[in-house]
Amino acid sequence: MKHLIDILDLSVGEIDELIELAESIIAHPENYRESCKYKKLATLFFEPSTRTRLSFEAAMLELGGSVLGFSEAQSSSASKGESVSDTVAVVSGYADIIAMRHPKEGAPLVASMHASVPVINAGDGGHNHPTQTLTDLLTIKREKGHFDHLTIGLCGDLKFGRTVHSLIAAMSRYADVRFYLISPEELKLPSYVKTAYIKDKKIPYIQTTSLESCISELDVLYMTRVQRERFFNEEDYIRLKDYFILTPEKMTLAKEDLCVMHPLPRVNEISTAVDSDPRACYFKQARYGKFIRMALILKLLEANA
Amino acid sequence: MNIDSIHNGIVIDHIDAGRAMQIYSLLHLERLDCPVAIIKNASSSKMGRKDIIKIDADYNVNLDVLGYISPNSTVNIIKNGVRVEKKHIQLPERLVDIVLCKNPRCITTTEQEIHHIFKLTDPEKRIYRCIYCDTKAPEL
Repeated sequence: MKHLIDILDLSVGEIDELIELAESIIAHPENYRESCKYKKLATLFFEPSTRTRLSFEAAMLELGGSVLGFSEAQSSSASKGESVSDTVAVVSGYADIIAMRHPKEGAPLVASMHASVPVINAGDGGHNHPTQTLTDLLTIKREKGHFDHLTIGLCGDLKFGRTVHSLIAAMSRYADVRFYLISPEELKLPSYVKTAYIKDKKIPYIQTTSLESCISELDVLYMTRVQRERFFNEEDYIRLKDYFILTPEKMTLAKEDLCVMHPLPRVNEISTAVDSDPRACYFKQARYGKFIRMALILKLLEANA
Repeated sequence: MNIDSIHNGIVIDHIDAGRAMQIYSLLHLERLDCPVAIIKNASSSKMGRKDIIKIDADYNVNLDVLGYISPNSTVNIIKNGVRVEKKHIQLPERLVDIVLCKNPRCITTTEQEIHHIFKLTDPEKRIYRCIYCDTKAPEL
C-alpha cells in the first residue's frame, strides 16, 4: 500500500489489517504515542473540512508526529495558479505523508502520481472519501462485531451521497449482507452503483421511500444529509431536505441493538432527541475516525509501534 | 490517388458504417499532406455496409483510436502495392489523450498538463470511465 485514493484500492485483507490495528490502538494507545516521532503530516485542504482535517491532525499528533498545511485554497499557492502536481512535488520535500482534500474529482490521484511520499485522499469533490468509509467500517466492526450477516439500511440522499456509494461497495464484499435503500424518488441510488455492487453480486436489496416500513429489519441504519451544494435548484433542496427525519418515535420500531450511523455534519435528519439513545453511534463514529486514520498513517509510513 | 489501390501506405478496412469521419477526426488525418480517401457505405459481404480509409503514405496509426471507435476494423499495411501485414484490432484497455472528460468537476478540466485517461470497465458494453473521476467516456 503506497497511497490511498479509492476504498477499492484496498483488499478485504488490507481493510481487516487496518481495522485490527485501529482496535489495537484503541485498546493500548500508549503503545503508539511515539510511533511517528519526527514524522510530518501535510494536510493540504483546498476546500474547508474542519472535521476531516482535525481528525487527521489529531491522529498524527497522537502518534507523536507533527502537522503542517493549509485549510483552504486561498491560503495556498493554488490561489496563484499553481497546479496540484507542482504543489505536491514541493510538499513531498517538506512532509513524510500528505492528506489532501480538493474540490475537483481525481485531484488526489493526480497528486499520487507526482508525490514521492504517500498520499491519502481526504475527499475529492463528490467522488471518493475512503477514510470516511474506513471510519464507517471500523464503527460497524466495533458496534456489531462482524461485517457479514448484516441488514444495512441507507437512508436519505443516495444519489449524491458519496459515502453511501463507497460503503455499499465495501460492504458488498462480505457474505450474507442485505441492503434497504431508503430515499425519495429523486435521490435514488444511481443505477450504475446498484448494478456494479448489488445486482451483479446478487445481493438482496429492497428499495423503498418509507423508513418506518423497514426500520425494524435493520442491524445498521446509515443516515445521510441532503446536501444543499448538490442542487442547482433551491426549491428541490427545500422540498427534499426534510423528507426523512429520524425521531425517538421511529426508534421505538427498531431493534434493541440497531446501530445508527451518520457521516456528519447533520442538519436536521436526526432529531437531537435521538442523541441520548444508546443506539445512536454517530459521535462514537467520528471518534473512531481518528483511530482508523492513525492506523492508516502507520501502515502507509510503515512505522512500527 | 487511385482509391482502388495504393502503392505504399495503409488501408483501414471494415470500419463500422458511418464511423470513418470520427476516426478521421480523432487520428487528426487532416494534418497529413499525403492523399487520404474516405469511402463511406461501401458494400461488404460480412457487414452489409462498411467504411474504409486509405492513406497513401507510411503512417503509424493509433490502434487504440480504431479499437475505441470500431473494434472490428482491420489495418492493412501496403508496401510496393502488396499487402504485407494485416492487423486485427482489439478493444484497448486504456484510452490516453483520445477523448476528453466532459465532467466539469473533473481535475482534467483545470490541470493543463495531465493526460486524459479512460479505462475499460465493461468490455461487453464497451464502457470506458475516466480514471480520475469515473465519468463515462462520451457516447460515440
